[in-house]
Amino acid sequence: MKKTYKIDVDCANCANKMEEAAKNTAGVKDATVNFMMLKMIVEFEDGQDPKSVMQDVLKNCKKVEDDCEIFL
Amino acid sequence: MNKKQKKVLIRVIVASVLLILCAVLPTTGYVRFATFMVPYLVIGYDILKKAWKGILNKQVFDENFLMAVATVGAILLGEYPEGVAVMLFYQIGELFQSYAVGKSRRNISELMDIRPDYANIEVDGKLEQVDPDEVEVGTIIVVQPGEKIPIDGVIEEGNTTLNTSALTGESVPRDAREGDEVISGCINMSGLIKVKTTKEFGESTVSKILDLVENSSSKKSRSENFISKFAKYYTPAVCYGALALAILPPLARMLFLSAAPEWSVWIYRALTFLVISCPCALVISIPLSFFAGIGGASHEGVLVKGSNYLETLSQTKYVVFDKTGTMTQGVFEVAGIHHNTISQEDVLKYAALAECASSHPISKSLQRAYGKLIDRSRVTDIEEISGNGVTAKVDGKNVAAGNAKLMERLGVDYIDCHSVGTIVHVAVDGKYAGHILICDMIKPHAKEAIQALRKSGIKKTIMLTGDSKRIADQVAADLGIDEVYSELLPGDKVSKVEELLAAKTEKEKLAFVGDGINDAPVLSRADIGIAMGALGSDAAIEAADIVLMDDDPLKISKAIHISRKCIHIVYENIYFAIGIKVLFLLLGAIGIANMWMAIFADVGVMILAVLNAIRALFVKNL
Repeated sequence: MKKTYKIDVDCANCANKMEEAAKNTAGVKDATVNFMMLKMIVEFEDGQDPKSVMQDVLKNCKKVEDDCEIFL
Repeated sequence: MNKKQKKVLIRVIVASVLLILCAVLPTTGYVRFATFMVPYLVIGYDILKKAWKGILNKQVFDENFLMAVATVGAILLGEYPEGVAVMLFYQIGELFQSYAVGKSRRNISELMDIRPDYANIEVDGKLEQVDPDEVEVGTIIVVQPGEKIPIDGVIEEGNTTLNTSALTGESVPRDAREGDEVISGCINMSGLIKVKTTKEFGESTVSKILDLVENSSSKKSRSENFISKFAKYYTPAVCYGALALAILPPLARMLFLSAAPEWSVWIYRALTFLVISCPCALVISIPLSFFAGIGGASHEGVLVKGSNYLETLSQTKYVVFDKTGTMTQGVFEVAGIHHNTISQEDVLKYAALAECASSHPISKSLQRAYGKLIDRSRVTDIEEISGNGVTAKVDGKNVAAGNAKLMERLGVDYIDCHSVGTIVHVAVDGKYAGHILICDMIKPHAKEAIQALRKSGIKKTIMLTGDSKRIADQVAADLGIDEVYSELLPGDKVSKVEELLAAKTEKEKLAFVGDGINDAPVLSRADIGIAMGALGSDAAIEAADIVLMDDDPLKISKAIHISRKCIHIVYENIYFAIGIKVLFLLLGAIGIANMWMAIFADVGVMILAVLNAIRALFVKNL
């Protein structure tokens, strides 16, 4: 399952870091951050609950870039 | 500028003024340190805070942390102005970047400003504005002059001209009459029309296009992936380099040269390294270039589904075309009337009237060419002879219109045509009246399109068609296409394209251009699939990588030019940014470049790269 989220982040490198952090979150199959559109597209592994996974994604993103936001 | 940016701008101004004041004030010692700390904290407090959080989160190679180390280090070495200036310029750079990105984000969304805000529905004789999302299929909506058509549909009432430029980049308005299909996103220019919707808003052309454009830059190109990887290794590499630079040379001096270690010199140089360690210029300018390129292209009616396709398109060396609907119009038209014994108009008139009962494409084209309203009462005794043609009485005269077999059957001497196409012979009262040549017309710009492709360095143009060899060869010769394969079934087209793909080298890409009807498998098999005239064709939009909104073949070379310009800019930025950074790392290591120069180089490169990236937006005259 794929879902798209709106995000807010200031620099392109931070966006890349968010992408990396999201990819490495458990339950996430793949993630792409589109800095220009300020969007994050997350593909979840089968049987995962997007809501709880996204909480972890947000937590991991905050770790690498404090000044970021994912609008869940 | 948004609130955040304004705040930073004010801090930049305040800190600059304070920095100059501090620099001119004749202070020394702790007083000097204290005065410089004021502008430093004004401009850098958030960076320091973020750096601290980074340490807590074990993010050592976070650029905030590196900036903090570089500036604090400089201040500890007693280089107060430099420490403050580095922080100041770093912030200026960040501010510029976020402003430029925000600006181009807005610019590009303005370019694609085709989203309709409302639909008009007539309720009790009054117009009511409703959300297009809520309009059901089959509803009658009213579109006034100057408004956008919100949902795809068919005109129920009214005539008008439509401006399709937002969708196709084509500025010539299009006429639309009752019964015509209209596409959402067009602007109604002259008359009030009532449209019966045939789709939901979400399924309408405008939604599909917006969806496509907004998701386009999510498919990343090889250059973008390269840069993300590069950024991942660049920062740590520079940091370790800095560490080595701070420790190794002084140790070497002490141990081997028995000279003074000069710790402060080498630490200063190492700090200079840290200033250049942020890969920002690269990381921002590459996606920005692609974003601008895709935005500019979509304004010209060329929709690109991802930056990877833009990259592939720029390497295209072989272009394979479908014939019908791509290079030709796909509709039959009267191309000429030859060997006529009566006036051309009369030949056409008799043929059109005799064939008035038929709905065959050939008959339709005759009626279209005749142009006048057909009065069926003038025609009697219509007899269709299948595979031959028709005979009928028109204005009391015996008219026969059909192929050579019909003429032979009626015993009329006919003159064969040497042109390629479908021939309709006409005989009136048993006498030969001439023949009408009907063919699928080549598109007006098809020949120029092939020339333009050749000029832009395409190695070979190839045409595939299911049509007969004679017609295909003729079209190919007229257009100057290098190779032609005719009488192919749809499956044969795929295998032909596979053959062509196998014959070329990996670096030379093959593009297939089709109209999206029946050639979806080929579109997806080619390195890059280009669908033409896709307005309103969902299948084409789905299957292709690049979608040309109108059916002008000249757009193919335009799309290639746009992609090349964009990729060119991407490479310029990659080489330029990496080149300058490496240069300043070297100059910093040997002590020629000081911290001032390093921060200027770093911010300067970023500003230039961003400005260069925005250049990709301007594609009108390509």
